[in-house]
Amino acid sequence: MKSIEIKDLSLSFGDFKVLEKLNLDIYDGEFLVLLGASGCGKSTLLNCVAGLLDISDGQIFIKGKNVTWKEPKDRDIGMVFQSYALYPQMSVRGNLSFGLKNARIPKPEIEKRVARAAEILQIESLLHRKPAELSGGQRQRVAIGRALVREVDVFLFDEPLSNLDAKLRAELRVEIKRLHQKLNNTMIYVTHDQIEALTLADRIAIMRGGKVQQLDTPQVIYNHPVNKYVAAFIGSPGMNFLTGRLVAGEKPGFNFNGLDVDLSRYAFNDTTPSGESEAWLGIRPEHIHVGPEAVKKAFSHTVEVEVVEPMGSDTLVWSKLADQEFRFRMDGQLSVKVGEELMIGFDPVSASLFDSKTEIRL
Amino acid sequence: MSIEPIGTRPRRTFDPTRMMIYLVLAVAAIYYLLPLYVMIVTSLKGMPEVRLGNIFSPPVEITFEPWAKAWDTACTGLYCEGLKVGFWNSMQILIPSVVISIAIASVNGYALSFWRFRGAEVFFTILIFGSFIPYQVMLYPLVIITRELGIFGSLTGVIFIHTIFGMPILTLLFRNYFASLPQELFKAARVDGAGFWGIFFKIMVPMSPPIFVVAIILQVTGIWNDFLFGVIFAGTKNFPMTVQLNNIVNSSQGVKEYNVNMAATILTGAVPLAIYFLSGKYFVRGIAAGAVKG
Repeated sequence: MKSIEIKDLSLSFGDFKVLEKLNLDIYDGEFLVLLGASGCGKSTLLNCVAGLLDISDGQIFIKGKNVTWKEPKDRDIGMVFQSYALYPQMSVRGNLSFGLKNARIPKPEIEKRVARAAEILQIESLLHRKPAELSGGQRQRVAIGRALVREVDVFLFDEPLSNLDAKLRAELRVEIKRLHQKLNNTMIYVTHDQIEALTLADRIAIMRGGKVQQLDTPQVIYNHPVNKYVAAFIGSPGMNFLTGRLVAGEKPGFNFNGLDVDLSRYAFNDTTPSGESEAWLGIRPEHIHVGPEAVKKAFSHTVEVEVVEPMGSDTLVWSKLADQEFRFRMDGQLSVKVGEELMIGFDPVSASLFDSKTEIRL
Repeated sequence: MSIEPIGTRPRRTFDPTRMMIYLVLAVAAIYYLLPLYVMIVTSLKGMPEVRLGNIFSPPVEITFEPWAKAWDTACTGLYCEGLKVGFWNSMQILIPSVVISIAIASVNGYALSFWRFRGAEVFFTILIFGSFIPYQVMLYPLVIITRELGIFGSLTGVIFIHTIFGMPILTLLFRNYFASLPQELFKAARVDGAGFWGIFFKIMVPMSPPIFVVAIILQVTGIWNDFLFGVIFAGTKNFPMTVQLNNIVNSSQGVKEYNVNMAATILTGAVPLAIYFLSGKYFVRGIAAGAVKG
């Protein structure tokens, strides 16, 4: 069942269109991540859903109810902010119960809900403290608690972990996932961090310039990006892009700087293109094999090591493949030296082809 | 012989730079304190001693007679009831003006920084522009307006004028302060179901004591020191302390009682002085906060 339905949503500030004719359906119990670079409109979209921004056109439904003109408090949502946004003069208990008091919920019920939220988030011992006396992680827990006590079906997260250090971020990420598994409510989560997106999401919506570029499961987005932007955005280190000519036909291939990649096993989108055209071949650094294995792949070639970046479990190697920038990952236990010649290879099955003009996946 | 540098770098006791700084500060302090010293000393002398003309010498015989006279019996024009009348008049003008102007300006500033309504920018620009127009230009129109409203020459009239004239600077002050508070706090409160007044009183006001203190200082000192509006709009019976002080000091009849004049001046200046001493820290902090963010 649809939990949230966004229909033809547009928002403009003056002449500047922030969101344009955006459509998005989010299902019951789904964890949807809005991912994009800053300024892509992802936070704006979340604020529209929350009712904190008035939209210019379109409709928003939450649980089948048209909430387009409704106040945030009447939309049955809970929201968690990047800066935590805790009321500094109130204790943790005060922060958790503020919204319930505004909704004139009877006192015993407030007590019960606060106690339950505190138990779930393990902040019982902090209830009497002021936000200033809490650590970053504790503050964010309280902020989540404030959404929790509202007992709503939809949670909105606006970059909730961005202000935390890396270790805490990883811990709270898991906790948010646990919380979702436990409550099984709909969550929309805005982030610019692809790790958060890939680890948390049931589906990811990648946004750019106020439009959704691709909406799909993390696996599909990682393996079959619909365009070059998405391909470059997801994955770290980023995908290699080789520029060359796509020769279609019976035996399709990709020519670049005198080298030839056999594409007969590549799964083309819908229809196989015909004739010759300029194209990009994208291949992720982790899909490249090194050494004796490489020779068995559909494409293999030697490269010279230029820069080595050891990262513990694996090592990132920078090189040039026929004069084009080329990075690949290899086992961190193997030693490589600058200037060394290595045999690399990959399968076109794991590669992505993009039209050089439209940048759309072929 | 050289010592191998280790640990804290040694500090010279008589650093020339430091000496210069203290010297300049000392001169500046003396420059400002000397008049105050003369005033206090003179106010504690009897008239025979004042006539000797040694304005810097301390009083031979300390007397509080001039102070008592300034407060209680000095002649301010037709009446000889001292400054106390003016003091209570000033209080009656001051308290409502401060309370009303700050109450309105804080809501203005809050609305301008969080509830961006249509035309908010224009409204704000007009308000700020208002603070650049010289008072003198507006005096006559204001006299007519207050006359038409039937409040000319009354306490209400002068309070009305002070409230209006405090609005631009106070609104600017509050707007800038509220703009420095996180926008997300406001959003969170909206999701939590608080309305315009709920957010203002339960979230924003409890976070804003510093700016309220600054506003109070600004208004108290400004209104207390005001002469022009008091003399025009308050009416003879309600002249504030500054106007009465002027009447004492500039009286053309009889002997110039310098000791009484000095005492009267210090009495009039005591209120703003006390405010500065009690809250100087907040004042500096608030002005800085208002100036940097905006």
